[in-house]
Amino acid sequence: MSVVPALTAPRTAKALRSTESVLDNGLRVIALRKPGVPIVEMRLRLPFQSSKATHPARATLLGETMQTGAGSLDRADLAAAIQGLGGDLSVGVDADRLLVAGNVLATNLRRLLDLAATVLTEPTYDQDEVSTERDRLVEKLVMARARPAVVASEALGRRMWGEHPYALDLAQPDDVARVTPAQLQAMHRDLVRPDGAILVLVGDVTPARMVDLAQAAFAGWTGRAPRARVPKLPPGPGGPLLVIDRAGTVQSSLRMGGGAVPRTDPMWPALQLANIIFGGYFSSRWTENIREDKGYTYGPHSRVEHRMLGSTLTLEVEVDRDVTAPALLETYYELGRIASLPVTAAEVESVRDYAIGTLALSTATQSGLASTLAGLAAFGLDLDWLQEHPKRLLATTVEQVSAAATQFLAPSGFTSVIVGDAEKITGPLAALGPVES
Amino acid sequence: MPRPQKLPAPSFDITHHTLDNGLRVVVAPDRSAPVVGVAVLYDVGMRSEPEGRTGFAHLFEHLMFQGSANLGKLEHFRYVQSSGGTFNGSTHVDYTDYFEVLPSNALERGLFLEADRMRSPRITEENLANQLDVVKNEIRVNVMNRPYGGFPWIYLPSVLFDSFANSHNGYGGFEDLESATTDDAKDFFARYYAPGNAVLAVAGDLDVDETIGFVEKHFAGIKKRRAAKRPSFAEPMLTAERRATHDDPAAPIPAVAIGYRVPDPVGAFDALLANVMLCEVLSDGDASRLQRRLVQRDHLVTDIAAYIGEFGDPFDERDPTSMTITAHYPDAGALDAILRAIDEEIARVADDGLEPGELDRVRVRFVSTVLRQLDAVMSRTLELAKFRLVHGRPELLAELPARLSEVTEADVSAAAAELRPDRRAVLELIAGGSR
Repeated sequence: MSVVPALTAPRTAKALRSTESVLDNGLRVIALRKPGVPIVEMRLRLPFQSSKATHPARATLLGETMQTGAGSLDRADLAAAIQGLGGDLSVGVDADRLLVAGNVLATNLRRLLDLAATVLTEPTYDQDEVSTERDRLVEKLVMARARPAVVASEALGRRMWGEHPYALDLAQPDDVARVTPAQLQAMHRDLVRPDGAILVLVGDVTPARMVDLAQAAFAGWTGRAPRARVPKLPPGPGGPLLVIDRAGTVQSSLRMGGGAVPRTDPMWPALQLANIIFGGYFSSRWTENIREDKGYTYGPHSRVEHRMLGSTLTLEVEVDRDVTAPALLETYYELGRIASLPVTAAEVESVRDYAIGTLALSTATQSGLASTLAGLAAFGLDLDWLQEHPKRLLATTVEQVSAAATQFLAPSGFTSVIVGDAEKITGPLAALGPVES
Repeated sequence: MPRPQKLPAPSFDITHHTLDNGLRVVVAPDRSAPVVGVAVLYDVGMRSEPEGRTGFAHLFEHLMFQGSANLGKLEHFRYVQSSGGTFNGSTHVDYTDYFEVLPSNALERGLFLEADRMRSPRITEENLANQLDVVKNEIRVNVMNRPYGGFPWIYLPSVLFDSFANSHNGYGGFEDLESATTDDAKDFFARYYAPGNAVLAVAGDLDVDETIGFVEKHFAGIKKRRAAKRPSFAEPMLTAERRATHDDPAAPIPAVAIGYRVPDPVGAFDALLANVMLCEVLSDGDASRLQRRLVQRDHLVTDIAAYIGEFGDPFDERDPTSMTITAHYPDAGALDAILRAIDEEIARVADDGLEPGELDRVRVRFVSTVLRQLDAVMSRTLELAKFRLVHGRPELLAELPARLSEVTEADVSAAAAELRPDRRAVLELIAGGSR
């Protein structure tokens, strides 16, 4: 018998209950009381898709400048006011959404919401502030693209989706340099509208009070953004491994992308578990092979990303330049093995418990819960869906996990790019299959 | 001017316990969610690695995951994750931590796993060779293959400090790492990983008596032994400014790191808090002094930050520690103007004091950041363990808001007056990357 102590009977988490309401202006509010620390977390998520070529640069700069003045407050006044509440507000944009994320001492929630409302309804977009942030954003984009990981994921996006907005998410410096304050004003006026947006509030305040405060704060914010017409997300084309040269680099960055199903699909729990077995946790086959056995890398990761227009299974790893081809060989081997041979019952047990445990951890904090709920709500999923997910995982069979692995983890189904020292790695890589440079 | 608000404080129900072998134990129940955190901190970090063995504390941390008395390779990870938990470890300047967060029905298992490797980690040639490769790849991904990698934490200490302990590269040079042997590892374990040299913290969904019972059951059998005594690492303050450069071929624009020596963070805790508030006044958010002056008004830098401790945690290190100001800037010729502007802003705080309400707003924001971080059971566990090990008292964490509220504007001005050019080391990053 093992000397390792057995698990005792699990204690169930207290069921969480959220309330959902729609304000007069069409803003959906999801509120949940969660004591713990005297803080409230807010996530305001607005649909922000567009297929216009000018959109990524304008949207990114809009995010950088939205808080550089609002109403009678200049940039420093606004920042000082938020800071004095023990609060913070930040704005982030991607190809799906604009997210205003914040947190504040629970006793100051009303005042944070009032300040957020001022930013949403009376932003200044002052000429000098926009000019400052435009120059900074250009520098930040240049710094980001100096990172091999950014180069690699941008290249994979282009390879998979061509000119689709998802592939053009990271703005181009030249486009940013041309954005004017008037364009930001217009974008804000058109797209930053409450009807159809989602506000999540989680923290140590009753839901009824949080909804009342939101209703009062956002009453003057009205309107609905026009529905964006964005093309369907094309499937990855597969094809030869694309080698992108970065001479002199000591590591190669491999990215592989394939199809996946959304969380609403009956196959999702099986795919979730299959992905964890392959490369979604430390005890995965991929990590145990190329890190703990071979030492080729600090760590590989595979994950499923759910975006509004489709879900993607992505593999990411940085490997020592001199073992680039052997690392790809082992990656193909593990993909081929999980796609061709059944997974074991013990593996499914392990990842099931891991998935259930980490789900509980991700919702054990106010900030984790707020982010999770905002992310789910955009897809029409709610807290009940989340709390029932362990049941779906428990009902998933070994056969279903094997079938999901066969469908989604077959090496032939991936589109692949690698960033590295082409002169050194292309020859050895070409021995394993077609390579394009 | 608004009345200063009363600062909320975290509260913990702390029980102390010490085993006969010297292991210090902190238990803090909180039954709001069925999860527990387990953390073991050993009182040895990068500062204590022997000369010729840079990076050894971190390499050794990796070896602690490679199996132990009752566990084969890979088993530690598998037991934690298949219980529904997550784990990690990290090497700091003054200590090394190992931790897991688990569903509470795996509490005894988590304690067993920590006790097993405290008793005897499985140090083999094969595991050492494997983890050497892993660590080299960690350094490649975080330092060699990344613009600004390791800047400034790897490079600034060699300018700011003189002794090997304080100034060397804690990630390690490849030559040193490659020459490490299993005998080095066994010796390091014997010297520093004694139960009396460690703190165990357990927090979350637990019963105190039962937990102490589990701790006694699994840890009490580990033999007491003497650990190497921690020497003083103190160094005298600088008396003249030091300058150096660091070449970064992958960086597209230059950067600078300015390090200042600050007082003993443990012995002079109130002075540390004044410096913490000074950092917030200087660089926290768009209303801060350096953001307003260097980013928004003068357009000298793309970003700027001021922080204490090599990794930005002011409560993580013993003496000596430092305050660092870092900035990225597009114009390579602007360094003198940047230093001048920083000096002027620091002098304004020192000579003219703070604006009305300025200290109150940075203080309340700092406290809310601390509270927010403590919402996660794993960070709560690690913070309690750290305050026990570094500052002697986990209770100090709950007292932080009260201690911070005693910091005066005059204290912050006095702290600013100490940041003199002759006390600092300036490290300029020369960008070699194409734009």
